[in-house]
Amino acid sequence: MAKVTLIDSNHLRLIINRLCYQLIENHDLFSNTVLIGLQPRGVFFAEKIVQNLKQIAPNTTVNFGKVDPTFYRDDFRRSDKTLLAQPTDIPFNLEGKRVVLIDDVLYTGRTIRAGLEGMMEYGRPQSIELMVLIDRRFSRELPIEPTYIGMSVDSYDNQKVKVIWDDVHGNKVSLQTEAE
Amino acid sequence: MEKTLSVKHLIGIKDLTKEDIELIFSQADEFKEVLNRPIKKVPSLRDVTVANLFFENSTRTRLSFELAEKRLSADVVNFSASTSSVKKGETLVDTVNNILSMKVDMVVMRHSAPGACQFLSQHIDASIVNAGDGTHEHPTQALLDAFSIRERLGGVKGKKVAIVGDILHSRVALSNIYCLKKLGAEVMVCGPSTLIPKHIGHLGVKVEHDLRTALEWCDVANMLRIQLERQDVGVPYFPTLREYSLQYGLTKEILDSLPKRIVIMHPGPINRGVEITSDVADSNQSIILNQVENGVAIRMAVIFLLSQRRRTQAEVN
Repeated sequence: MAKVTLIDSNHLRLIINRLCYQLIENHDLFSNTVLIGLQPRGVFFAEKIVQNLKQIAPNTTVNFGKVDPTFYRDDFRRSDKTLLAQPTDIPFNLEGKRVVLIDDVLYTGRTIRAGLEGMMEYGRPQSIELMVLIDRRFSRELPIEPTYIGMSVDSYDNQKVKVIWDDVHGNKVSLQTEAE
Repeated sequence: MEKTLSVKHLIGIKDLTKEDIELIFSQADEFKEVLNRPIKKVPSLRDVTVANLFFENSTRTRLSFELAEKRLSADVVNFSASTSSVKKGETLVDTVNNILSMKVDMVVMRHSAPGACQFLSQHIDASIVNAGDGTHEHPTQALLDAFSIRERLGGVKGKKVAIVGDILHSRVALSNIYCLKKLGAEVMVCGPSTLIPKHIGHLGVKVEHDLRTALEWCDVANMLRIQLERQDVGVPYFPTLREYSLQYGLTKEILDSLPKRIVIMHPGPINRGVEITSDVADSNQSIILNQVENGVAIRMAVIFLLSQRRRTQAEVN
C-alpha cells in the first residue's frame, strides 16, 4: 500500500489557525453560533478548532456539541460494516442558531446528509455551514458542498484519506492507495 | 476487530458472550438518549418489518417490543394466538412460515413451550428474538435488569444480586442468572425449597431459604412473581399464598431493618401484597419503573444490532 503524507503537523496547525480566523470573521463573538462535531472522527477535528479558538479569542464562549449520524444513515442493512452508534450530545437548543457542522473528510456527502437529519431533530437552526479538513473533490454523490475547506484533494475511489490525531507523535493527514 | 453480535438470533442469554452483552448496553445507552429527545424516533429500520408473535399473554413485554420497533421506524404486525388459526390446529412452523411469506424480516416470539424459539430458528431464515419461552429464558428482561443495575449502581461486576421467589417456573430467573454471572456479579437465589430447582448450584449461584439472610447479603433484590398459572399440577408447592407471603413477602418493615439500603427490582406483573407490598414497590429504593423504561431502549438495541447482522450474513452466503 503506497502512502503519501498530504499534511504534516506544522501545516495542519496553519490550516486550523486559518479556519479559526475565517470562523471569527464570519461569526464575530459566536453569540448566536454553535459548533457541532460529527461523530466519530469529526469530533476530534472540532475539538482542535474549539481549542484553537479559545487561544485566539479567549473572551468568547463557544458552544460545542456532537451529533451522531448512525441512526440516519442510508446504508443501514446495505453496508458490510456493522453500524454502531456513538453519543449524541447537544446540550443546547438549536432553534434559531447559526450552526457550523464540522467533519474531517468530506467524500460522498452521505454522512453529512445523515448528520444534518440527526441534528434537525434538536430544533430548526437559522443556518447551517459545513467545515471540513479535507474535501475530496469530484466524488460527491449528493449536492453537498463545504463552506470552509482545510484542503481540497483530488483522489481516486481506491484511495483512502486518513486523518491521524496523535498529539505525541504529531498529527497528520495521509493519502493511502490500495494495491491493485 | 469490528464489533458485532456473535449470534443471529436472540434465543437466550446462554448463547451470548460478555462482549455481546456489553455491545447491547452501549447501543442501549444511545437509544436511551433518543427516547429522552422531543422527537423519540429514528429512521434506521424503515425498510424492516417485524412480526410480534405472542402465543402467550403479555402486556409489558409486548408493548415494550412494539414501541421499540416503532421508534426505530420498523413496520410492525401483531399476532396473538387467541384470535388466530392456531386454534384451528395449525402447527407453529406453518404459522410462522405463512407470516414470513408476507416478507417479514424479523420475528419476536413468546411461547408457552420451552425451546419454541430454538426449534423455530432451525426451520426459518428470519432472525428470532425470544420474548419468553415457557420456563426457559426471557433474554431481553435479563438484559434490561442488568442494564438497570448498571445504571443505578454504576456497574454490575462484583455486585451481589438476590433473586427471590418462584425460581423453578421463572424464565426471568434463569436468564438473569446467566446474564449477571457473565457480567461478573454474585448471584443468590432465595425461596422455599419446593420452588428452587435441584442442582441449581451448578450454575454458580448461592441458595438460601431465609429471606432476611438473603436481603442482608445482597445489594440488589429482584422479587419474582409466584407463577400460579404454571403450578396447576395437583400437589401444591406451598400450603397457601398467605403463608408464602408471610415468609417471602418483602415488606417495608424488613426493608427498613436492613443494615444498608438495597435496590428493589421486579420484572412485573406485580402481585401487590404477595411477593412485595405496595409501600416497597412504590418506595424510592425500587427501580421497577426504571426497568420498564430501560426495556424499550434495550429492545431497540437488540433489534437494531440483529437486523444488521442478518444483512451481513446474507451477503456472505
